[in-house]
Amino acid sequence: MASRTQIPTKNAALIAMIADEDTVTGFLLAGVGNVDVRRKTNYLIVDSKTTVKMIEDTFKEFTAKEDIAIVLISQYVANMIRFLVDSYSKPVPAILEIPSKDHPYDPARDSVLSRVKYLFSTESVARR
Amino acid sequence: MSGQSQRLNVVPTVTMLGVVKARLVGATRGHALLKKKSDALTVQFRQILKNIVSTKESMGVVMQSSSFALTEAKYVAGENIKHVVLENVQNATLKVRARQENIAGVKLPKFEYFHDGETKNDLTGLARGGQQVKQCRAAYVKAIEVLVELASLQTSFLTLDEAIKTTNRRVNALENVVKPRLENTITYIKTELDELEREDFFRLKKVQGYKKREIERQMAAAKDFKEEQIAEKYSLQKGVSISSAHNLLAAEAKDEDIIF
Repeated sequence: MASRTQIPTKNAALIAMIADEDTVTGFLLAGVGNVDVRRKTNYLIVDSKTTVKMIEDTFKEFTAKEDIAIVLISQYVANMIRFLVDSYSKPVPAILEIPSKDHPYDPARDSVLSRVKYLFSTESVARR
Repeated sequence: MSGQSQRLNVVPTVTMLGVVKARLVGATRGHALLKKKSDALTVQFRQILKNIVSTKESMGVVMQSSSFALTEAKYVAGENIKHVVLENVQNATLKVRARQENIAGVKLPKFEYFHDGETKNDLTGLARGGQQVKQCRAAYVKAIEVLVELASLQTSFLTLDEAIKTTNRRVNALENVVKPRLENTITYIKTELDELEREDFFRLKKVQGYKKREIERQMAAAKDFKEEQIAEKYSLQKGVSISSAHNLLAAEAKDEDIIF
């Protein structure tokens, strides 16, 4: 029951990222990167060498962490682990699918937008 | 869904009728309130849906411009800037804070970002392309702003969705299960009480009828007695008691001498 879910109102929460190198670099430049005492980063750079297993594990780890409020995930990465993203239903941390430079953004595949569409197929989304 | 099984198992008494009636009033009020809550949530929900769609669109634009800014920075400051950036990660300076917003009793999270401490990477692009790096940083901070906004909208969307579902379920439960059951119970108690009343009435009528007949009988007896007395008196005046006259006749009937 989401209405009963306690929303943590701590002062500081992090933004985690699973994206390609350029996107991660940009956001790191903005200052969202964090490395904890065990040298664990709050981002994962996905390149040709990254396995789906690794992405899955990182996604699970980020969504389970308490100090992460938002998880940014490139849409093409999200497509790789679509089943995980779609089955995720907790309000916090919020999963955001972002467009990446090399892959055009497709609103139809976004897990939240598709749900929006499912709910209100005739109105708000129709005028897109 | 038979009407008979859809009622509470109660003893049909006047007290119980009062209790059940009070419960029905409570259920009706609760139903009205929940309906209102559901409506309020739906209004908010539609607003959020609209905002999500428009923010998603603007996110595309913002991400595009920030990607372009990064490309610019890379072009000017050299490809190795990303290694510098990746190496310089220590603590997050851009963080988010969550606070709660209350909409019709549903707590919605609202994220906002804030800068925590000095921005690192100060020396990035010191040799060349400092301007572009700065612009790139600004562009990405702007992107974060939009994304954080989108994240709160999205979280609100999920939370509200759930809350609306729960509320609607409750509204429907009250409307289709609890209220009919209470109404059925009330009708049941009423019919039962009516039945009792009719029985009572009938019983009273019976008793009354019996009493009436009894009185009539006594009256008749008294009348007979009176007539008898009058007759006796009359016969005494004549010299013969009417009872002894009767006796005479009776004795005569039992006379042994008479054979026939």
